Amino acid sequence: MQESFDLTKFIFGRLGWDSIPLHEPILLATFAGVIVGGLGLVGLLTYFRLWGSLWKNWITSIDHKKIGIMYMILGLIMFLRGFADAFMMRAQQAIAFGDNLGFLPPHHYDQIFTAHGVIMIFFVAMPFVTGLMNYVVPLQIGARDVAFPFLNNFSFWMTAMGAVLIMASLFVGEFARTGWLAYPPLSGILASPGVGVDYYIWALQVAGVGTTLSGVNLIVTIIKMRAPGMDLMKMPVFTWTSLCTNILIVITFPILTAVLAMLGMDRLLDTAFFTSDRGGNPMMYVNLIWIWGHPEVYILILPAFGIFSEVVSTFCGKRLFGYTSMVYATCVIMVLSYLVWLHHFFTMGSGASVNAFFGITTMIISIPTGAKIFNWLFTMYRGRIRFELPMLWTISFMLTFTVGGMTGVMLAIPAADFVLHNSLFLIAHFHNVIIGGVVFGIFAGINFWFPKAFGYKLDRFWGLVSFWLWSIGFWVAFTPPYILGFMGYTRRVSHFDDPSVQWLFQISFVGTLMIAGGIAALLMQFYVSFRDRNTARLRDFTGDPWEGRTLEWSTSSPPPDYNFAFTPVVHDNDTFADMKKNGYRRPLKDFVAIHMPKNTGAGIIVSALACAVGFGIIWHMWAVTVVAFVAMMAAIIIHTFNYKRDYYISAEEVTRTEEARTRMLESHV
Amino acid sequence: MSDHHNDHGHGHDVYVTHYSTKDYITGFVLAAILTIIPFWLVMGNVLPPDTTRWVVLGFAAVQLIVQMVYFLHLSSKSEGGWNMMALILTVVILVIVMSGSIWVMHHMNTNMMPGMGPTNTHDMT
Amino acid sequence: MSELNANITGGSVADDVSGRYIVREHHPEQGTLLGFWLYLMSDCLIFASLFATYAVQGRSYAGGPTGAELFELPLIALNTAFLLVSSLTFGFAMIAAQAKNLAKTRMWLVVTGILGLAFLCVEIYEFQHLIHMGAGPQRSGFLTAFFALVGTHGLHVTFGIIWLVTLFFQLGKHGLTPENFRRLSCLSLFWHFLDLIWIFVFTFVYLMGVLP
Repeated sequence: MQESFDLTKFIFGRLGWDSIPLHEPILLATFAGVIVGGLGLVGLLTYFRLWGSLWKNWITSIDHKKIGIMYMILGLIMFLRGFADAFMMRAQQAIAFGDNLGFLPPHHYDQIFTAHGVIMIFFVAMPFVTGLMNYVVPLQIGARDVAFPFLNNFSFWMTAMGAVLIMASLFVGEFARTGWLAYPPLSGILASPGVGVDYYIWALQVAGVGTTLSGVNLIVTIIKMRAPGMDLMKMPVFTWTSLCTNILIVITFPILTAVLAMLGMDRLLDTAFFTSDRGGNPMMYVNLIWIWGHPEVYILILPAFGIFSEVVSTFCGKRLFGYTSMVYATCVIMVLSYLVWLHHFFTMGSGASVNAFFGITTMIISIPTGAKIFNWLFTMYRGRIRFELPMLWTISFMLTFTVGGMTGVMLAIPAADFVLHNSLFLIAHFHNVIIGGVVFGIFAGINFWFPKAFGYKLDRFWGLVSFWLWSIGFWVAFTPPYILGFMGYTRRVSHFDDPSVQWLFQISFVGTLMIAGGIAALLMQFYVSFRDRNTARLRDFTGDPWEGRTLEWSTSSPPPDYNFAFTPVVHDNDTFADMKKNGYRRPLKDFVAIHMPKNTGAGIIVSALACAVGFGIIWHMWAVTVVAFVAMMAAIIIHTFNYKRDYYISAEEVTRTEEARTRMLESHV
Repeated sequence: MSDHHNDHGHGHDVYVTHYSTKDYITGFVLAAILTIIPFWLVMGNVLPPDTTRWVVLGFAAVQLIVQMVYFLHLSSKSEGGWNMMALILTVVILVIVMSGSIWVMHHMNTNMMPGMGPTNTHDMT
Repeated sequence: MSELNANITGGSVADDVSGRYIVREHHPEQGTLLGFWLYLMSDCLIFASLFATYAVQGRSYAGGPTGAELFELPLIALNTAFLLVSSLTFGFAMIAAQAKNLAKTRMWLVVTGILGLAFLCVEIYEFQHLIHMGAGPQRSGFLTAFFALVGTHGLHVTFGIIWLVTLFFQLGKHGLTPENFRRLSCLSLFWHFLDLIWIFVFTFVYLMGVLP
């Protein structure tokens, strides 16, 4: 036989022993750490016999509360990875001048900035906001779960599997070196023949499916499962922003799916979508990916705006000022976010008329956001402000994000952008709005809703340490890039020739150290809070530690599986505040059985198979790909044959749970 | 998803699609006519090409509505009006994506790829 | 939805007040059909991206063959007929399901599936023929966009048929339960949606592709 069938190649594709980067000391050290830590975790789980509980109560859970917490844990783990990437870049840039080449060769540095961006957007920010929306929205609307609980579990695991693929790229193979949006032709098969870009594509495709389905889920939940009496204009603002966010997700992520599929086809099948020859058009990629990319950043920021609205009204003891205008502003932002995308590539050459149009729309979109800031300020005016941690994060957001927004308006001017595009000024701008807006919002949300989820508040001292280190550290880290950007320094550069600006990079590194301290303080905050969770200082006995105004605060902390023994009826905005004002007492007896969906392992199984399909395609392991794909289809079909997906919590058990809460409330009055 | 919720009759007005043979046959006949005519116009070279383009496009738009009404039973009442709203928003986004892309890419191609126009005598609109 | 029931005896003075704020039994509306419709809208946008790419690159022949040279309109007319009739036959399946006639429902599903398979066979034949002639998806921007758009539609039809077969068996197993009727309704939306997309495929790709 002339062409013998290579079995090894069919099974292992281009995967080989040389795919493991044994010659990279940083990676080896990381790998060693992960192995040790992983083994330790596995050991602990085995020693305490927690595997069964982990499977039964968490992995297979379709409870939105558990899923929300798992999203937050995923986000936190990936946050540490993404920050490690940032730390390495800043360290490199602080020292790599003239003869000093630093410790990161360019091919490594390129992977780091790519991974940093991809991880922070897709596997930190998205899981964090999805997690908060998942946890809070059903409680805020008086529902018992989301509309499609199984799909919720499946969405989480798809996101997690996307993260698994990205983490795998650290230890097996390499990651993309193209920047977080992987423009062709650099990301095409000719310029990036390795597995890096494939890891990128498939991690995002897998995670993207999860996100899109989660979007459908939350929209239907908000539309269909609101408690009786909760008209749209009586919903909490966080629910409104969640609705708009999820609408954006559903109409935006398909475009990412399509573009990445096209890039994948170019790489795998040698098609001519974005090639430089045969009639391909790389600019079309940039166009399409930013049609996705701009709404994406609004997907990140809108939930944060919602969090701030809840926090401001709660900690000022007042109804939110201008509820109606807040809702309209959110909807306007949602629609306008679709009309600005070209501002990300003013310099690509579309000409004056096109640039002018998009420059104007970009400036217009800042207006509704400005309206929101004023509404928050007017809510604070003459309020009785309590400077709890969520409120502090909100104030820091207002000061930080606003500046970032203003630099955005500067960049919206095409002529200015021709100087500032892809400079360090741009880097400073988007970190300004993402950290000041999204990250601070997430921290506010975590501090705000942590007691609800776990039954105890987060420690204030370490929270303050984290707050100040972040708030000041951010400015120390990102003011130098603003200055350097004006001077003409570009992004994604790992070595510089002019030592006269090194001091600016060093200041930036000091800021990074402060942020690292802020993250360490955050972890310390979690530890101390857990350690002291039963002390009077932290324990949440009533379920309402902040004098909350919305329905989630009417439940116990943590809420029972079924959330509400009886579905609430809504008569006014700030429903819980309204109930408290009118002397509402929770019912003490006559509970009924409650209908609940069952847990299932189908979510993680199908997702794991999807991950295997992705891995197989990346490494050209066709046997694995085909088998995993068939198995995945079979698993899905088998799952649809399962018609018995529910059970009842008996009235007796509901009564027991509610009576336990009654006893707790009575003993801590 | 369980059967449970559907076992209880809805005590309130929930619009439920009613399938009727008449609707489907009407839709089918209309769609068939709206398909045959464009095919005939193109295959038979009946009208000048530019006119044909617009006519064919018009027929497609009409058939879209026919199929939405008769096959998909689209109505402003289904799902409390949310189906219609979702459709309208999707159509708006679709128009933005398509017209925006065509407009932007036309300018990009003109400015950034001179001499790389359509590689035969056929004109690009 | 608002079955207010003030018969909660909480044993406290604020009885009537509290009763105002809760309801004993609440059944939220079924969300499956709305959810599926929203998914279809997202699918629409995947096609929008592919159509946009086709619009931008559909005349980039790279010196290779054009639509006028490649497309066989009679074959496409046949395929369009298959799909359109299959939409009609699925409609008959829904009517039979509404009338609670299980056997008839399954029969019309089979007919629909066969028509769908016929559509796929013609399309696969067309693709294979083009590739054989050297007009495969790698040849030019035009052909890449063509194969991607039409191929994605064909993939959707394939998944629709797999779903249809699955549902055929599930109907056999459980009958026309409310759950199965819901699944039929979703597949119905999906199937008609595929015919809708095809209107634009045959209009923009084939009919306009043939025009000078």
